[in-house]
Amino acid sequence: MTRIGVFICHCGHNIASAIDIEKVVEYAKGLPGVAYAGHNLYSCSQEGLGSIKKSIEDNDLDRVVVAACTPRTHEPLFRRACEQAGINKYLFEFVNIREHCSWIHAKEPEAATEKAKKLVAMGVAKAALLEPQEEGESEVVPRTVVIGAGISGLAATASLLEQGIETHLVERGDRVGGLLKDISMVGPEGICSRDLIEALVDDIENSPKAHLHLNSRVKELKGFIGNFDVIITKGDEDLTVKAGAIIVATGAQELQPKGEYGFGEHPAVITQLELERRLGRSGLAAKKIVIVNCTGSRQPGREYCSRICCNASLKNAIRILEANPEAKITILHRDIMSCGTTAEALYREASEKGVRFVRYGLEQKPGISTHGKSIKLKVFDEALDESIDLDADLIVLATPLVSPDDSEETSKLLKVPRDKYGFFLEAHVKLRPVEFATDGVFVCGSARWPVSARESIWQGQAAAAKASIPISEGKVRIEAITAEVDSEKCAACGNCVLACPYEAIEIVDDEGRRAAKVSEAQCKGCGTCVAACHNDAIQQKGFSSRQLGAMIDALARASTEGTQ
Amino acid sequence: MNDFNPNILAFCCNWCSYAGADLAGVNRLQMPPNVNVVRVMCSASVKPEYVFKAISQGIDGVLVLGCHIGDCHYLTGNHRTAKRIPLAAKILDKVGIDSRRVRLDWVSAAEGEKFQKVVTEFVEEMRSLGPNPMKEVRF
Repeated sequence: MTRIGVFICHCGHNIASAIDIEKVVEYAKGLPGVAYAGHNLYSCSQEGLGSIKKSIEDNDLDRVVVAACTPRTHEPLFRRACEQAGINKYLFEFVNIREHCSWIHAKEPEAATEKAKKLVAMGVAKAALLEPQEEGESEVVPRTVVIGAGISGLAATASLLEQGIETHLVERGDRVGGLLKDISMVGPEGICSRDLIEALVDDIENSPKAHLHLNSRVKELKGFIGNFDVIITKGDEDLTVKAGAIIVATGAQELQPKGEYGFGEHPAVITQLELERRLGRSGLAAKKIVIVNCTGSRQPGREYCSRICCNASLKNAIRILEANPEAKITILHRDIMSCGTTAEALYREASEKGVRFVRYGLEQKPGISTHGKSIKLKVFDEALDESIDLDADLIVLATPLVSPDDSEETSKLLKVPRDKYGFFLEAHVKLRPVEFATDGVFVCGSARWPVSARESIWQGQAAAAKASIPISEGKVRIEAITAEVDSEKCAACGNCVLACPYEAIEIVDDEGRRAAKVSEAQCKGCGTCVAACHNDAIQQKGFSSRQLGAMIDALARASTEGTQ
Repeated sequence: MNDFNPNILAFCCNWCSYAGADLAGVNRLQMPPNVNVVRVMCSASVKPEYVFKAISQGIDGVLVLGCHIGDCHYLTGNHRTAKRIPLAAKILDKVGIDSRRVRLDWVSAAEGEKFQKVVTEFVEEMRSLGPNPMKEVRF
């Protein structure tokens, strides 16, 4: 008989506000094979983990079930605690009663408690059948590929090179610098963008371990952490690079607001990036300038705040006034988001220099009418509670950063998820902010969400630091979820061979008996072969048909016999 | 109102639909508490036998959720799911079980709202179908 320990997590109020923890604990105590059941306020805290480890020793437990949040973020933590207490980490089972229960049934505490009991019963049933596993190891190729040579990609590359790691930097354009090369000065401190870019480019150019590929794209990505095959294509030529880790720094682009405020029809209506280009070149002739913040963002269909536009508007307004104190500048805004001490000071400075701020609402957007060169704007000023008329000879639309046109293609190529706006989704917004859920693939900069130049550099360096971990360790462990064949049961029909997406299975002759054999190094643990087998001769470690069958039994039993 | 509370099993793949279910939780999207998720690495590892086992034991409905076609973490795993699960439903139909008790759908890691919609609709459908007749059968 097993000695399973069950630990139910309150997660503060996150779980305990909907689920009656005491009742679930009492129920768990009566489940077959359970030797101990208890609860923690926060199981993932040092204290929580410590009490789990102590319970393992005190109660001589041989398996652990934690009912808490999601295994996608917290499984490694609890597995490590099990290992530290002398239990093979594959004898740990995670039950999700937060994302899959308390958070989505917040107003039905009784039903949520009953469901939590069922989920725990299923987890315990699986845990009883878990088996210890040994993890394989594979070598890590000491090389990285960074995709995108904007400021974030450059920062990542420079940081990797500084650590002595060979790096290929792939840029689809003919120059490095990304969006920043069109911006002459970044706020709020007024740093010269070219200096920022050139400092990083110098580091890269002076390193013998750097390979810059301009006018190039990544055409194909195969493999897994430690051992990726990246095909970089330039014109008709393909180059295959072996790499241990990949950093995605594909950035974002400025929204071209088709049809908004006469953009594309009237030459005096431009975007903020075009304003940046003009300021960098020759200054402005325009005297009456209206900047419209939140053009195309924070509205149905594109609800997000692009984060950088308010500061850019403030910075540009001040720049224009410094060059031409006679200029009249109005910023139409919905609220000014200039967080942080330096940006807040910028807002104050703009006000003091005479920039006029007018707040408009989504219900009554500013209207525009043009007569030859002159432009008139009618704005409903929410502070005055009445409409005002503005003359302008230049309208600047502060539009949001949006994901690049090819982000869907990139996402399919790299098999990484995107949010509904096309930005890439990190593994966890707080715990793993520069990593994808796919091991060995990292993300930084505006590919993930609109960020400032400064944040892009931080994130590039963070991604480089993360990517350097497997490379400096030299080896990665392969999760023991691969398939294995019971050659006694195998009829060598070859169905699994056909089903495997990785060509990891072949039929071999084993002392006169033909049977399927799985190459552990090639198997990625999807289990497709398992379902293809007519004889139940292939099992996936950690997801065997007995284990999943026991979960089904437990759910059926909980429903017919009740969970009292 | 029909107050039958169906007991439902959902297989979710680790990479897309389980993550989609997590996202629904993170966004606090409310839905009926009848669906119990089992995590598998790929929807293609769901044996038709699991569906038969669940139905034969009186579970009222089975959801199989995977990545959208073209987005499978394991390249083409879900192409097989797309064939296997409808076939399992057809077999159930042949033995007199309403094939609507098995539903295959695709939920990406970004589709918390889709997860909520699929769960809500499926629970409603199972409620209208009433209890799985296999509950009355004792082996």
